[in-house]
Amino acid sequence: MTWIWSNLDLLWDRTLDHLVLSVPPLLLSFLFAVPLGWVANRYRISRGVILTASGLLYAIPSLPLFFVIPAVVGTSLRSPLNLIIALTLYGVALMVRVVADGLASVDKDVRQSAVAVGYSGWSIFWQVELPLAAPVLLAGLRVVAVSTVSLATVGAVIGAQSLGSLFTDGFQRGIQAEIIAGIVLTVVLALLLDGALVLLGRILLPWTRLASTSRRALRAARVTEVSE
Amino acid sequence: MNLFADALNWILDPANYVGPGGIPVRLVEHLGFTVVAVSLAALIAVPFGFLIGHTGRGRGLAVATSGGLRAIPTLGLLTLVALWVGIGLGAPYVALTILAIPPILAGAYTGFEAIDRTVIDSARSVGMSEAQIMRTVEVPLGLPLLIAGIRSATLQVVATATLAAYVADFGLGRFLFAGLKTRDYAEMLGGSILVILLAVLLEGIFTGVQRLVVPKGVAAARPSVDRGRSARPASGMDPAITKGTH
Amino acid sequence: MFTANKGRLAAVAAVAVGAVVALAGCASGDPLDSGNTDEGSATLVIGSQDYYSNEIIAEIYAQALEENGFTVDRQFKIGQREVYLPEIESGSIDVFPEYTGSLLQALNPDAAGGTAAETYEQLREQLPDGLNVLDMAEATDQNSWTVTQAFADTYSLTDIASLTNVTEPITVGGPSELQTRPYGPTTLTEKYGIPIAGFTPIEDGGGPLTIKALVDNDIQITNVYTASPNIKSDNLVALDDPDGLFFADNVVPLVSDKVDDKAGTVLNAVSAALTAEDLVSLNSESVNDELSAEKIATAWLKQAKLF
Repeated sequence: MTWIWSNLDLLWDRTLDHLVLSVPPLLLSFLFAVPLGWVANRYRISRGVILTASGLLYAIPSLPLFFVIPAVVGTSLRSPLNLIIALTLYGVALMVRVVADGLASVDKDVRQSAVAVGYSGWSIFWQVELPLAAPVLLAGLRVVAVSTVSLATVGAVIGAQSLGSLFTDGFQRGIQAEIIAGIVLTVVLALLLDGALVLLGRILLPWTRLASTSRRALRAARVTEVSE
Repeated sequence: MNLFADALNWILDPANYVGPGGIPVRLVEHLGFTVVAVSLAALIAVPFGFLIGHTGRGRGLAVATSGGLRAIPTLGLLTLVALWVGIGLGAPYVALTILAIPPILAGAYTGFEAIDRTVIDSARSVGMSEAQIMRTVEVPLGLPLLIAGIRSATLQVVATATLAAYVADFGLGRFLFAGLKTRDYAEMLGGSILVILLAVLLEGIFTGVQRLVVPKGVAAARPSVDRGRSARPASGMDPAITKGTH
Repeated sequence: MFTANKGRLAAVAAVAVGAVVALAGCASGDPLDSGNTDEGSATLVIGSQDYYSNEIIAEIYAQALEENGFTVDRQFKIGQREVYLPEIESGSIDVFPEYTGSLLQALNPDAAGGTAAETYEQLREQLPDGLNVLDMAEATDQNSWTVTQAFADTYSLTDIASLTNVTEPITVGGPSELQTRPYGPTTLTEKYGIPIAGFTPIEDGGGPLTIKALVDNDIQITNVYTASPNIKSDNLVALDDPDGLFFADNVVPLVSDKVDDKAGTVLNAVSAALTAEDLVSLNSESVNDELSAEKIATAWLKQAKLF
């Protein structure tokens, strides 16, 4: 444990590196997934194609992807951009399905009512579908946040400094405290980002709080029911 | 693009199909490892998931635990456990089983939760015991979401099991590391393509299984089930979005 | 209600985009990014492998240069040679601690090798334009075939050829690339007639897991760097190599044209002082005392009375 106390500045630096690697993919994957998910939800054919493609994308092992991207994009092998691109791809792969399902969960009657009162297709998306799907999107984004933070550690294998560097270094030197510190910090960082998203959801989507309270009330009722 | 052509040539080269380090042996090892890791995870996660789903208790704890487990970086866990137990499959099994638990756990309890409460209340009102309700109502009706959870877990483990080769002479990951270290990118990419093909194959099998396990009555009522669930889409969605890390 | 929400969502979008741009800006300003070295000619970029021992040497170079008025930019743990060599060749890294034989084999797989001096000479001939090596140190960190003391005693092993005495199956352990290296298991069989039962990959570059496997007798021989502190602490024996199967691997600074005579003098003074025993004890301070590269480097420079 003394290792941790004498290397606090190193831990802090790696945490910052890790944030720089994992936050942009989180935001980028959301930006890309919304239009893709919309297309996937809109047409039956595109749904099949897009969802299958994103499922396959997620099956690609991360290590070779980190090497294929510079070959395809032309970035330098140790540029952090490779990692950001790879993590964005995984994020999109997760998020597209969530967006499609979220949009699909919007009640058809609500959509039709919006048409009836004169909303255009564009404004239905922005003002009806997206706000109603928002809680689902937020849930998806939380999963992407956690998995991105965790996945970014693999970048250490290709020389991108992150909390993962603590694994490779601790592994070589046989310092368990260093590896454990890396794991704990990764988990803490993931949960902090997750918490930040929950907070963001509370601020931006106040109407979901109402729903979750009523759901909690519902569950409380159910629990009493079962125990009776 | 040349890289991909080279990778295909590597896959099609008959020389890569012989001996203990050949493609067929590695494929079988990889598949076997995946099956064992997912089964171990299911043995741990399913009973807990059913209990949470049936009683409605401990869900918050389960969500928090799976969130925490999902955030654990597999590479870190693998290296740490390897330092304790040494080379071989011990460390990869521990790391990958932990990776597979959250989606299966979520699949198990959301499967129960997604069941219309009136169905369960009816079962109770006709005099079924709690055990009977679980066995004959909740488990069959919750099965599709449980299978969906196992499906995500399997996909994840197949992709991540490549890391087992970090500490053992095992699986398709050997091609990735051997290719990486000797700068034989055709071998590395070829190995990755094999992993993806294996994942596709398993996806196909799961799609079939998911069709088979849906009880007849549920299958008939399916379209309206989707609509009725919009009240709590997030929980029904869990298995689809619980994929974690490589 | 929805209009207000739209405003909110638009605000989120704006913040998100702003954050992406800002973070992307951070990313491209990150020292890891290549092509970002034009910060005035006084700054020397120092790189290191993703190998703790190499990082210590790089840190020694960095502190020595700083003491002499140079500004340095540390870009450590860049991974293995295949990752960083193209970057040095393209001029985005100025100083890199290297090893004569391994670098020579990377530049020319058919190189003949030989003694330390011969290897150094061949290396100088192979270097591309714009790259130089300064004086090499006495310190070496070379590959070796290593066994446990107990194993060596059982079969009275001294040099590599004596492995033919072994009557039990020999499993070789080490990183994947070892299997195809010119000194690898195939050569042991073809050149010395040593039967090899199998190969177990362990991807920690001769680190604790490899040592543990050797001590646990999961593997019988492995490739350990001769400067590894484990050889002493875990009672291992590096087998003699009279035929020069392994190239000499003396520590040498690989530098770009930006390293002028003054900087060269500083680095040469470091190499002149760095002995083989020093390197082993530097590594031991890292592995056994768990000290940071920075502290180890400062202490060594002080003890060597440099600058």
